[in-house]
Amino acid sequence: MALTREDNSPLFAGSVAGTLRLIFYLALAMVLMVLDHRNGWIWHIRYSMSVIVEPVYKLAGLPAAGMRTLSVAFADRKLLTEQNQRLREDLLLANAKLNRMAAVAEQNQRLKELLDTQHSLELNVQLARVIGVDVGNSQQRLVVNLGARDGIKQGQVVIDSHGVIGQIVQVLPTTAIVMLVTDPNHAIPVMIERTGLRTVAYGSREGDQLSLPNVPLAADVRQGDKLLSSGLGGRFPPGFPVGEILSIGQSQSGLFLEARARPTADIDRSDDVLILHDQAEPDGPPAPATPMGPPASLAPPPDPTPAAPASVAPRPAAGASVVRP
Amino acid sequence: MNKQRLSALWVTGTLAFALLSMLVPLPGVLQPFKPYWPALVLIYWALESTDRVSLGLAFIVGLCADLLDGLLLGEQALRLCAIVFIVLRFRSRLRFFPMWQQTLAVLALLLNDRVLLLVVRVFAGDSLPPATWWMSPFVGAALWPFIFLLLDDLRMRLRIQQQ
Repeated sequence: MALTREDNSPLFAGSVAGTLRLIFYLALAMVLMVLDHRNGWIWHIRYSMSVIVEPVYKLAGLPAAGMRTLSVAFADRKLLTEQNQRLREDLLLANAKLNRMAAVAEQNQRLKELLDTQHSLELNVQLARVIGVDVGNSQQRLVVNLGARDGIKQGQVVIDSHGVIGQIVQVLPTTAIVMLVTDPNHAIPVMIERTGLRTVAYGSREGDQLSLPNVPLAADVRQGDKLLSSGLGGRFPPGFPVGEILSIGQSQSGLFLEARARPTADIDRSDDVLILHDQAEPDGPPAPATPMGPPASLAPPPDPTPAAPASVAPRPAAGASVVRP
Repeated sequence: MNKQRLSALWVTGTLAFALLSMLVPLPGVLQPFKPYWPALVLIYWALESTDRVSLGLAFIVGLCADLLDGLLLGEQALRLCAIVFIVLRFRSRLRFFPMWQQTLAVLALLLNDRVLLLVVRVFAGDSLPPATWWMSPFVGAALWPFIFLLLDDLRMRLRIQQQ
């Protein structure tokens, strides 16, 4: 072994073999990258290697968890008392609001039953803890401690008490990875609460804000406007707070206004998040409306009177086709 | 024989630790300044013990890093291979550089690595990173003397002979 050492590190000239080896490995890496980019293998491999990968995530999450525990352990009594007091007040306020809302919700439920729609105001959620791990070389991912074994699926929406955090992008057996709404590759359809204007909020390039690059020039948008998820696109259910407009300016092309918004969710500070289980409405056109009108047994006899004018003639036929199902 | 096994274990241990610390997040503000730990440790071992560090090892470490924390399989393998190749090529000179020159060399290596990463990301269709993204090599280079001295000291204490 020791004899070959000198060949590997000549003082001034490189060896051809070393260069060839480099080219071989670089080509191998590039082939892997291209194949992975096309087929998304990395997650399949990560899933099958989860026996190794997940303990490493848990291990790497230990310092963050330790810091959290230490901060609780060394927090002084006064701080905790204050926090407790504040939480109590919040709870009181929330309960009071909830009581007032209960009547409205019930009324809403009854009205909706009358309209025969399936939307419900109830939330079906699962509480998850955040593991403090850096994944994907960016701040825009969270790792949570629930996974496929807990029934988590790709595409589920993650929220906290203040608003939408993001969505599950990858699921491992006992962990899942959340893409935050502030990720530059993320987009969420939103609606401005005050005016009902619908647009799309992307993650900003700097990574801690939202960017709304195509607000129409004539639109009425002000600083402080609240953004709600609009439910278009079928991934995020409607009505969850997403952000608050910080500033508005011209977009680069000059054809639109570009607004910046701050996400309402505590993205940096949340230790616990909620994973929504109700998936939004599926994509695609709405289901055909159920036929209205009298039952088929009451339909007029198929032979129209010969005296009927020609312009009216198609109508019974159309009516019959609707009644048939 | 036992000593050899111990030193192999030690190299593996430091590399595994580097991979682990790559996953540990820094508190909010410092996050973009996180240095690329596996590269630093690999550079050290490439300088100090060529017998163990080869392109193959760099490739395998890179694949492990990709498996744990990566967007594309093979991305970090490519970057680490490039770093280790350059270090091995200039090893004889780098080893006798005074510390400040070595630090500058490490800075150049890490900057080169960032450029490679940027090329890969752009080809993969990602958006351009913010300006703070370029701070990481400087932090890595600033930490290099300490990492070098620490690893050297630990190696001396464990009496792992230089090979």
